[in-house]
Amino acid sequence: MASNIKVKVKLKGDIAEVKSLMLHPMETGSRKDPDSGATIPAHHITELTFLNNGKNVMTVHCSTAVSRDPYFSFSFRGAKPGDTLTVQWLDNKGETDSVETVLA
Amino acid sequence: MQLNRRLFLQGGVALAALLSIPRALLAAVWPEKAFQSASASEAVSALFGTSETTPSSAITLDAPEIAENGAVVPITVETSLENVKSVSIVVEKNPRPLVISFDVPPGTLPNVSCRIKMGQTSPVMAIVQTDSGLFSASKEVKVTIGGCGG
Repeated sequence: MASNIKVKVKLKGDIAEVKSLMLHPMETGSRKDPDSGATIPAHHITELTFLNNGKNVMTVHCSTAVSRDPYFSFSFRGAKPGDTLTVQWLDNKGETDSVETVLA
Repeated sequence: MQLNRRLFLQGGVALAALLSIPRALLAAVWPEKAFQSASASEAVSALFGTSETTPSSAITLDAPEIAENGAVVPITVETSLENVKSVSIVVEKNPRPLVISFDVPPGTLPNVSCRIKMGQTSPVMAIVQTDSGLFSASKEVKVTIGGCGG
């Protein structure tokens, strides 16, 4: 399956500006189905990691209060063209998604 | 540094089981207790072992004055503090106040952005953990439509 993570990286010298957007419902667990009235169970990303050439550059722990289809941005040093940035997430149902981007 | 922490972790596993340890030692594990806490101070204690933070003008918390839609509130935290280990965002009046926590490894700049949900108007606090302690900045965000469902 194609990944549902989009990553954009802008290199400024050795600093990489990372912007990432991923598709995820991020259900809080307190919302109710408008038709049945049943509570919709929580379904959210718990952990998100960014690796540059296999080296951890950021780990994010999320609660249900991160918005649907989460967006994150940050910057790190030591990046150069040709590096491979891996973004992966894990959610509370054990589902996972990842994508690799080559820095240019 | 990474290796030291791993060694320390292995040595500290037995101790870790007994104590509610500060999150720094268990960076890879989702800190469930902190995220499930219903009060901001409990959440911060569960995450860091203390709820004491020092307000710092070196932290810039960029959030809207008024969020029309509480389901999507853009937040940016930047700091000029050095040796930052983590950046966390706490929304005091959310049902689960701890929203997100960024672990910042050496080499990564402590400037992060994300989008969060807010149930109602509330102070938003950014907590920056450095090797010299916990620092914070706070800002009130008015919410016109809550984003926590229900």
